[in-house]
Amino acid sequence: MNKNEIVIKTDKLTKKFGDFVAANEITFEVYKGEIFGFLGANGAGKTTAMKMLIGISKPSFGKANIAGFDIYKETEKIKKSIGYMSQKFSLYEDLTIRENIQFFGGVYGLNDNEIVSAGNKLIDKLGLHDEADKLVGSLPLGWKQKLSFSIAILHNPKIVFLDEPTGGVDPITRRQFWDMIYEAADNGITVFVTTHYMDEAEYCHRVSIMVDGVIKALDSPEQLKKHYNAESMDEVFLMLARSAKRGE
Amino acid sequence: MRTLFFLLRKEFLQIFRDKLILRVIFVMPIIQLIVLPNAANFEMKNISLSVVDRDHSEYSRKLINKFTSSGYFRLTDVSSTYEKALESIEKDKADLIIEIPQGFERDLIRENQSKMMISANAINGQTSGLAVSYSNAIIKDFNNDIRVEWIQQPRLNPFPVIEITSSNWFNPKMNYKYFIVPGVLALLVTLVGFLLTSLNIVKEKEMGTIEQLNVSPIKKYQFILGKLIPFWILGLVVLTIGSMVSLIFYGIFPSGSFFLIYLFAAIYLIALLGFGLLTSTFAETQQQAMFISYFFMMTFILLGGLFAPIENMPDWARYLTYINPVSYFIDVMRMIILKGSGMADLLKHFGIISLFAVVFNVTAILHYKKTI
Repeated sequence: MNKNEIVIKTDKLTKKFGDFVAANEITFEVYKGEIFGFLGANGAGKTTAMKMLIGISKPSFGKANIAGFDIYKETEKIKKSIGYMSQKFSLYEDLTIRENIQFFGGVYGLNDNEIVSAGNKLIDKLGLHDEADKLVGSLPLGWKQKLSFSIAILHNPKIVFLDEPTGGVDPITRRQFWDMIYEAADNGITVFVTTHYMDEAEYCHRVSIMVDGVIKALDSPEQLKKHYNAESMDEVFLMLARSAKRGE
Repeated sequence: MRTLFFLLRKEFLQIFRDKLILRVIFVMPIIQLIVLPNAANFEMKNISLSVVDRDHSEYSRKLINKFTSSGYFRLTDVSSTYEKALESIEKDKADLIIEIPQGFERDLIRENQSKMMISANAINGQTSGLAVSYSNAIIKDFNNDIRVEWIQQPRLNPFPVIEITSSNWFNPKMNYKYFIVPGVLALLVTLVGFLLTSLNIVKEKEMGTIEQLNVSPIKKYQFILGKLIPFWILGLVVLTIGSMVSLIFYGIFPSGSFFLIYLFAAIYLIALLGFGLLTSTFAETQQQAMFISYFFMMTFILLGGLFAPIENMPDWARYLTYINPVSYFIDVMRMIILKGSGMADLLKHFGIISLFAVVFNVTAILHYKKTI
């Protein structure tokens, strides 16, 4: 993690749907190579905030700068510098692993050699030699998630956004998944991740906790536990989220 | 360009992997073109005929013969009275009754005129209408026959005989299939182009893959072209298959130019795909897209002039056909294939369909958002 280089900076970023304020004056910074946990109960406004950051939802007001680009004027440049993995599996199930790699590699502007070498590296790392020419739809969920993450960082983005990436995945695969996240962070990719698993929150460098559209707490897991005099992140989260007025 | 190449390659991989869609695209035109024109035939044959002959003369037999030998009627019942004949209609054994009164032949020779009665079962209005008009034609023919017979006696006819004949232009044998096949072909191209485009885009929404594309650097126009080009090509492929089927099975070869047909179809498909794209921006699920598409397809087809002639529609319906792209395509297909119309005759059609293409696509592009 490099604290001198800020890759995400928001200033009072707000999204309103009519009278409903989904995200209320969110202000925070994320450093290069950091693993930033973005926590909150369902309906707290995490997904809304994330969609503004990745450029598919226009903020109502406030400022934000992603990978050095302005969130209003330079969304297309932002899109080139980020990777995204949604909570819904979103590779093409009717294409093979190799065809998915070729498609997403090509769309992100990799040339033919890069696609082949990055693709082979990816298949090596995940040990998917025998499956490389099989349809993605036939893979087990855990493999799909790992593949999805690998393809999201195929073009070596500055930031990768992960929206509940480990939902429904077994503990072993989750562990492997986090190994991959650490490796990406070591390579200088900033990881912005939302999760409902509090053990995963412990793995993050820093976490923010959103309650009713507002960031209630933001610090490293150790500091948060100390500050709230709690044993685990689970307790911290419950303490903060209990005050929520918005339900599911 | 490179992005577009990857989008197109992905789309074709998916289309050719989906065996069901592929079968629909290639087999549907063949089946439809073979079955539909033969089934949806408005020519009537085998109309059940009930005869009440109370004259039993040479002329009455001649007239009945004329009916049965016409090919349209089948003698199913001979009754002695009209009441009995009516019973056969009630039992659904007859569609039409002809009653020849006593003295038919005598009156005809002595007074140069005679009467007879035709009654048709009007439960099916179309059948009865056709049956009556066929009968009229047959009786007129019979009338002519006996008059010619009478005139023939003197070898040199002092009066010139004027014969009135009619000939049908562009479809000389009045072959119903010549009329219906080009229309069915137009519908097939429409179906493939419109339905597949709208369903395809909504499928990406449903699967969640569209979100992944929206966060990628793919530009809006690239995405749209990537979706339209494959189905544009497929539409033209269906047109080609359909043209071959109509040539092989019906011997229909366009009197006009193939080039004009393809040129019009190319523009028409752009309009139609734009409309499919627009539909997909309104629908969130394939089910919704299917229903929206069906609503428009049904309206377009029923008001398209394939089954019911546009000339017979009430004014308000006729105005509706002006904004129905399908009716222009059906019209153009018939004009080129049957009449051999050239570019000069079709300028209006080309102008309007180009306008449709622009309007639909501009609206669709404006309405399609990469953001949510």
